[in-house]
Amino acid sequence: MSVPAAYGHGRFALRLRSREQQQHFEETGMSEWIEACGVGDIEHEDVIRFDFGKQTFAIYRSPEDEYFATDGLCTHEKVHLSDGLVIDDIIECPKHNGRFCYKTGEARGAPVCVNLRAYPVKVEAGKVLIQVASSP
Amino acid sequence: MSHGMVIVGAGECGARAAFALREAGYAGPVALIDEEPHLPYERPPLSKDAITAEEAPTPRTIATRERLAAASIEIIAQPVIGIARRNKTISLAGGAAVPYEKLLLATGAVPRRLSQAPVGVGYLRTFEDALWIRSRLRAGCSVVIIGGGLIGLELAASATRRGAAVTIIESQSRPMMRGVPREIAASVEALHRSEGVDVRCGRGIAEMEAKDSGIRIRTADGLELTADLCVVAIGAVPATGLAEAAGLEISNGIAVDEYLGTSDPDIFAAGDCCSVPLAIYNGRRTRLEAWRNAQEQGALAALNMLGGNQRHEAIPWFWSDQFEMTLYVTGLPDEGCTTVRRDLADGAFLLFHLTSDGRLVAASGIGRGNAVAKDIRLAEMLIARRAKPVPDQLAAPALKLKTLVPA
Repeated sequence: MSVPAAYGHGRFALRLRSREQQQHFEETGMSEWIEACGVGDIEHEDVIRFDFGKQTFAIYRSPEDEYFATDGLCTHEKVHLSDGLVIDDIIECPKHNGRFCYKTGEARGAPVCVNLRAYPVKVEAGKVLIQVASSP
Repeated sequence: MSHGMVIVGAGECGARAAFALREAGYAGPVALIDEEPHLPYERPPLSKDAITAEEAPTPRTIATRERLAAASIEIIAQPVIGIARRNKTISLAGGAAVPYEKLLLATGAVPRRLSQAPVGVGYLRTFEDALWIRSRLRAGCSVVIIGGGLIGLELAASATRRGAAVTIIESQSRPMMRGVPREIAASVEALHRSEGVDVRCGRGIAEMEAKDSGIRIRTADGLELTADLCVVAIGAVPATGLAEAAGLEISNGIAVDEYLGTSDPDIFAAGDCCSVPLAIYNGRRTRLEAWRNAQEQGALAALNMLGGNQRHEAIPWFWSDQFEMTLYVTGLPDEGCTTVRRDLADGAFLLFHLTSDGRLVAASGIGRGNAVAKDIRLAEMLIARRAKPVPDQLAAPALKLKTLVPA
């Protein structure tokens, strides 16, 4: 498998950005493109966790090898979605099986009723970048 | 008053059923009746966050009053005292009678009482129970928990987090004898010991007494303890009083068929209060006490109250959070006769339970946080498909389990 050991079971992808980049983000609250991971860091039809400052995101690779990003915590009980299962365009919360479409963030039925926030993603030079906005 | 769908019990199961009726398009009256004075709330936090939170907790409601109102779900906070099946009404403690077209009993379960336990001993089922336990916990106080099942262990972990000195007394030879395999239980027991919990197995309770100094406990083999706080957590019994009085068939809970129908065609039962034949295990009648089962059966009962005629097919599933670890079990491990172990990173592992002819019937696992959740979920899919996975593949951590699940 081409996945680095640190991502062994899709559990943690703690990437520290440069202090300057993070500080700039926190001070200005401006939206900007942040490098989340390399394209090979996520397995096909899977998800990893990406922490940036105080925020945590889930970064997805679809069966069609497209990349997506949402809030990292389930809207139901603050569980990290990166421990959940990706099937087609659905991420399922590992604890309560709440389902979301990770492409749009839309909640797909009980027990979840609040949508996830989805973030714009682009791939450049083998890197997955997400556009993080200021905290709402 | 309602003359439509009436649900007795506004826990996870009843509340889910009420919303599921609306999601299925039902437009008639829906009444959700419970004696508890709260809006429907989640019970899983009661043994965990409600005990450990710095701030005084409030019930974690399943739905806000606005959401219930928007769905036209009428909440009636009164005890139900009887079911008159002939004229299809239930009677409330306040004197009113509520007619029903279909009735769902989602009455849950109540803690099993310990006959030796004096007044002043706690049990845990409701939000008030959690507040009671919480209010008596102090850093350095001594806590004895009688029962090493899931609730006892979760409470032990929470009380330890609050700085209490905790002893668990379990009558069986190991914790979680029912439903959790030995290897997983051993891992949990080791975790508790490493966190300072004194786990004493194989000891029955001979005598208990409430004293000014606390609760005195003597075990059958002569161990004597005094506890500032004692909680009995020796399992739960299904709340079948209403059903029994109404003459419904009872068998380890309200007996329902695979459509969750009781012996009365207009009355359904779901969740902790009922036992259902599980098709995946040749109709083995099983009563499940778990959050997810409450959800699934509530939703299914709602569909079948509307004539959906759908069979119960869900695979049993539960989790338990203790300290930083979470254990998961899907399926019934005792249906298997051989076990295959799969080790993951960071000490996490799973066990796959297979029949003699190689069919996967259960999986269990434990790890930090939700480390095993994904594989457990995939195992559940394999169980549902009655798959016979190759043991060597299950054991190989480099092989993604997902590749074994046909799309």
